[in-house]
Amino acid sequence: MTTGTTTMTKDSILKVERLSMKFGGLMAINDLSFEAKRGEITALIGPNGAGKTTVFNCITGFYKPTMGMITLSRDNGKEFLLERLRDFEINKVAGVSRTFQNIRLFSGLTVLENLLVAQHNVLMKASGFTILGLLGLPTYKNAAKAAIEKAQYWLEMADLVDRADDPAGDLSYGAQRRLEIARAMCTGPELLCLDEPAAGLNPKESLTLNTLLRAIRDQGTSLLLIEHDMSVVMEISDHVVVLEYGQKISDGTPDHVKNDPKVIAAYLGVEDDEVEEIEEKLDKGIIEEGTV
Amino acid sequence: MAYTTENNQSGLMAKAVKEGIFAGLIAFGMFLLFVGIETYQDINNQLVWRTRWGLLAVFVAVAAIGRFVTVGFIKPHLDSRKLAKAKSGVLEISDEKGFFRTHFLKIALVFLLCYPFLAMLIFGRQGSLKYVDNFGIQILIYVMLAWGLNIVVGLAGLLDLGYVAFYAVGAYSYALLSAHFGFSFWLLLPMAGILAGLWGIILGFPVLRLRGDYLAIVTLAFGEIIRLVLINWTDVTRGTFGISGIEKATFFGIWSFDAGAPNNFAKVWGLPTSSVYYKMFLFYIILALCMLTAYVTIRLRRMPIGRAWEALREDEIACRSLGINTVTTKLTAFATGAMFGGFAGSFFAARQGFVSPESFVFLESAVILAIVVLGGMGSLTGIAIAAVVMVGGTELLREMEFLKHVFGPDFTPELYRMLLFGLAMIIVMLFKPRGFVGTREPTAFLKERKAVSGSFTKEGHG
Ligand SMILES: Nc1ncnc2c1ncn2[C@@H]1O[C@H](COP(=O)(O)OP(=O)(O)O)[C@@H](O)[C@H]1O
Ligand SMILES: [Mg+2]
Repeated sequence: MTTGTTTMTKDSILKVERLSMKFGGLMAINDLSFEAKRGEITALIGPNGAGKTTVFNCITGFYKPTMGMITLSRDNGKEFLLERLRDFEINKVAGVSRTFQNIRLFSGLTVLENLLVAQHNVLMKASGFTILGLLGLPTYKNAAKAAIEKAQYWLEMADLVDRADDPAGDLSYGAQRRLEIARAMCTGPELLCLDEPAAGLNPKESLTLNTLLRAIRDQGTSLLLIEHDMSVVMEISDHVVVLEYGQKISDGTPDHVKNDPKVIAAYLGVEDDEVEEIEEKLDKGIIEEGTV
Repeated sequence: MAYTTENNQSGLMAKAVKEGIFAGLIAFGMFLLFVGIETYQDINNQLVWRTRWGLLAVFVAVAAIGRFVTVGFIKPHLDSRKLAKAKSGVLEISDEKGFFRTHFLKIALVFLLCYPFLAMLIFGRQGSLKYVDNFGIQILIYVMLAWGLNIVVGLAGLLDLGYVAFYAVGAYSYALLSAHFGFSFWLLLPMAGILAGLWGIILGFPVLRLRGDYLAIVTLAFGEIIRLVLINWTDVTRGTFGISGIEKATFFGIWSFDAGAPNNFAKVWGLPTSSVYYKMFLFYIILALCMLTAYVTIRLRRMPIGRAWEALREDEIACRSLGINTVTTKLTAFATGAMFGGFAGSFFAARQGFVSPESFVFLESAVILAIVVLGGMGSLTGIAIAAVVMVGGTELLREMEFLKHVFGPDFTPELYRMLLFGLAMIIVMLFKPRGFVGTREPTAFLKERKAVSGSFTKEGHG
């Protein structure tokens, strides 16, 4: 599975090549290569501990990979090697934003303030790095107004307008997930990385989440998604990459991946008899879409 | 029914007596060696001891009676009140505030503006000196310092235990530059602030990579290093002797407050000579400096940098994922806080006319931090109240001559101010764990401005 020689195809936004990450003796990611296409929703799935979050942390600069190359190409053609950027530059310069598996909101700030913090870099520039803003110049005032409008747009998208002035820590779990996505979108990213956005959501919340993610994609932002909930993955993703023990075991369209016996074995591979059962069913063709 | 309440009553009293005696016994055990026995040096410099049974008895009695009253009377009273409230269905939190509370800030400001004149009216020219200087100026210096530290600790969530270092940098900048170059107060005030801010950046750069306890320890060490440099760099700072004869502030160069100067304020206006004019002038300067600190803090909170500080306090990792450079953000918080410390320091030097390393010990950092925590991290009003209570309380202790009649003529009440601080801290933290003002005002709103309850805000990890 050496894709190191492939050149960057024109429409791929993110290319991960031969990525490895070692924690002490543990190979959390082992020689992983995959691509995410521009304008698509790419899903990264795999059993617990497969190394999905670690891949995210490498992409978004929270870990320095032991080996490998992560290339991001922006809409304007500029390319960035993400493993060489500092963590905050990955968002600021390369336009990648992310959410976290264990939600990280600014819980003591209001929902609106959370979305304004996300527009920090734009507002900083408009405020002349605070100095012009302190003097009350109109450039900053206009920028501040525009920031609130942008926040308002994403509040509507995430169905949070009514809670705008409440502390983020006061929201329900599903609303917190949506707020975290809205906050990430307020930075104006070209690639949005979501770490298990549907974890802990009830079916209704899960449904609204799907709508939100599709809307984000249709606006032109590419998505990279870690997900456990197969119904979410199968329904919304255009492309699926499957990890197990830090290695890629399958890569392709949802339909392709779903019917890959390796994936089924890995995904439900906790108990052997269960795998057998699944394979049996698969042979008989009674497995329905979305039940795996 | 009546029978049961009576029964309850007597049971309660028995319980109160029991707990009182128990508390007395514990107090006896705890204070027996601390208070009951005193060691001192006799004429031959030998360490000998004597007993203080009277004082010990006072301590034990206070503990026992205090516990008895709490258990027997105060707690049942509070409980019954709570019960009555719950029964009548009135919520404890009521939205209606009195006139005083809604206009608190305006009233406070008007009072402060009139304060020196009020003091002069009531206590006379010389009598007001104490109230303007010891209470007014002293409290306002701490208000300013605490507001400055609030930017670092309360907003950015960086635990800085060496804040007094910047106060020292400001004070020595003023003292040295005024002595060597003869610059005036009005030039040196901003310069001292800028120098302290620069020091903040220089110290912050290596330090701010650390988080939590490590940051606290290293800032503490930096505070001590600055003090030790001041003590040992005798060529420049004159060591423990300090620098005296520091130039006074002038009324923007128009009038001087030096007794001998031809443009002396009192002479020009034909007033009787007194140092009170200078003190009043200083009072208004420090009041203006405090207002400046408050204004800048309030403005900065609504700017992207201020929001980034608060976001940093809430979650540093999330900040980085949003493209915020946390190192420079922390540095700006550190430097801004340091700058206000520097302003306060230069004012301190002008007021005292004398600076020495003794004024910049760790205890000062601790007191300033205690004020910030007691007031409620991030809340300007709460911190100002805490400064009035703590610093004013310390000054009041000095006035309490009558305590000497209780504890004997050797008793110096101000030595117990740390005890008072600690006690106040424990009491406040028990009843208001987030400080006097635990809520947070949001910096922007869509429909209505709702205060954020303290239970959602974080204290920061750095
Ligand atoms: N910071 C770390 N230090 C050591 N081991 C880690 C660290 N982060 C992740 N791991 C290990 O790497 C493996 C993959 O973890 P993770 O990426 O969180 O899995 P997933 O998100 O797919 O459930 C696990 O075995 C985990 O224990
Ligand atoms: Mg994970």
